[in-house]
Amino acid sequence: MTLSSSPSQTGLIGRSASALRPITRSFSRRRRKDVIAAYLFLAPGFALFALVILYPITRAFQISLYHWAIAPGTPSEFIGFGNYSKALHDPIFWRGLVNSGFYMAVTVPAQIVIGLAIAVLLDAHMPARTLFRTLFYLPVVTSWVVVSLLFRYLFITDGGLFNWFLHDATHVTGHNIDWLGQRWTAMVAISILGVWKGVGWSMIIFLAALQGVPRELKEAAAVDGAKAWARFRAVSLPAIRPVVAFVTILLVMGGFNVFISVYLMTQGGPQNETQVLLTWMYLQAFSFLDFGYGSAISFMLTLIVFALSIVQLRLFRRPSEAV
Amino acid sequence: MVVGDKRRARTLLGARLALLTVGAIVLIIPFAYMVATSFKQNTLVLQLPPQFIPHRPTTANYREAWNSNQFGHYFLNSLIVATATTILAVLLSSMMAFAFARFQFPGRRLLFGLLLIGLMVPTMMLLIPQFLLARDIGALNSLWGLVFFYTAMNLALNTFLLRSFFQDIPRELEEAMVVDGAGPWARYRKLIMPLSRPALATVAIFTFLASWDEFVWALTVINDPSRRTLPIAIALFQGEHQTSWGLVFAASLIAIAPVIAIFVTFQRQFVSGIASGALKG
Repeated sequence: MTLSSSPSQTGLIGRSASALRPITRSFSRRRRKDVIAAYLFLAPGFALFALVILYPITRAFQISLYHWAIAPGTPSEFIGFGNYSKALHDPIFWRGLVNSGFYMAVTVPAQIVIGLAIAVLLDAHMPARTLFRTLFYLPVVTSWVVVSLLFRYLFITDGGLFNWFLHDATHVTGHNIDWLGQRWTAMVAISILGVWKGVGWSMIIFLAALQGVPRELKEAAAVDGAKAWARFRAVSLPAIRPVVAFVTILLVMGGFNVFISVYLMTQGGPQNETQVLLTWMYLQAFSFLDFGYGSAISFMLTLIVFALSIVQLRLFRRPSEAV
Repeated sequence: MVVGDKRRARTLLGARLALLTVGAIVLIIPFAYMVATSFKQNTLVLQLPPQFIPHRPTTANYREAWNSNQFGHYFLNSLIVATATTILAVLLSSMMAFAFARFQFPGRRLLFGLLLIGLMVPTMMLLIPQFLLARDIGALNSLWGLVFFYTAMNLALNTFLLRSFFQDIPRELEEAMVVDGAGPWARYRKLIMPLSRPALATVAIFTFLASWDEFVWALTVINDPSRRTLPIAIALFQGEHQTSWGLVFAASLIAIAPVIAIFVTFQRQFVSGIASGALKG
């Protein structure tokens, strides 16, 4: 066959020809070759993935059923659900669950509302739009380590920027607050960091979704004389509903997985007051070397996150969208 | 009437810009203060009222961080790890994505499903079994061990994003190459890869930044101070020198400068990568 015709034409001819032809030997040989090629392309990546991700997934639950012996070669003692009942009787586990839940409950709605508000403001022709988008996204690309230390510095009791603003500059508070030295103020500080770091992410996704809403729809509503807020609720919000659902589910997951900011801002202190599930897990596993108990905590966290995701998927699905 | 509309639109735009400016300022203040502190002498870092432009600025923190506190060395460690991870992860995941996008083979749905499970499981859940694995295969305390694990951790998302991009490349081009006698490897290397530059750039940037910033895994498996990457070096440095905020932030800014440079340069890939990941997923 000569290649006088353009590639796309050749392709079309080739395809219709092979569709009409009965399966010949050469065709099946080509298929077998293709299957081998596919496996060869997959092999290196998938082997690595299986070893480092899939195999540990199966181990995660297994380890949680043992009183795990750290030293290689020493047998571990099987204790069934002992580590799980230990967690249920551990007050700090429960405190960690409440603290993680508090962080999630504060940061998720805040990131959605503020992120959506900024996205709506940016969804128009305006000067400096890219500049704004870049600025709002800057905290998202900055490492968690750096921003956690930064906020620890901003929340210092004497000499920190927050207390200076609240006490010295605006007199909102009568004295300097010991932000990171008490449970709830520390959780508030950690949540403020979470919102500050996260709004840019939800904003970017909401903005992309809003730009996908047909302009005619928005304009038709404007001609109807609908007020901006009513227009937003009637046209834009339903159109981006699946995206709101997606963002909410991911934010809830992320909220329960809060770790680095707590680890670096309070280390779970004072006296374990600000432990969240993952800092408690990390302490158990890598300071007390109780791998079994640590695994039980992370496994329960995973179950909670999955359960919440399923509940949210149900809640977000409207009868009309159900297939 | 028309003039009134125009004026109204103008006021609306003005209100938009005013609100956005206030928001942007609030968001940027912490950064501005960090930059200011990094140029202050250590005795002045907690001085009030806050100075956003230091009275007598000094670059001593930067020089000290880079030289006497080894941050130049940690920077190099991070650069090696992030670069090697990016090359390996992009290569392996593009190969997998090619197989998923272009071939029919038994087990295709199953393997892709397993990949998606890897996307959904919280990474911290795997920390303990991964640590045991790293110990057993001798990957503790080594930069190559980090590369090995970081590559694996980035495969699922990269493959997922690349596959959907590869699927959109017209099949006709490839079939023409088949007619010419080109094998799968030639199609992958000469057709799919060159046509996918924007998508490859996106996943490369994400992978680079994820490994550049990674903290928890490095904290867990690296003990030897000379093998530290920037995130753990900064965190541990702050732990040891509680009050040297100027130094801590100088080191921090050294660490985030490349990130911000990459972000500002490749903004478009960023935004489209995040949005397409979200809207398709």
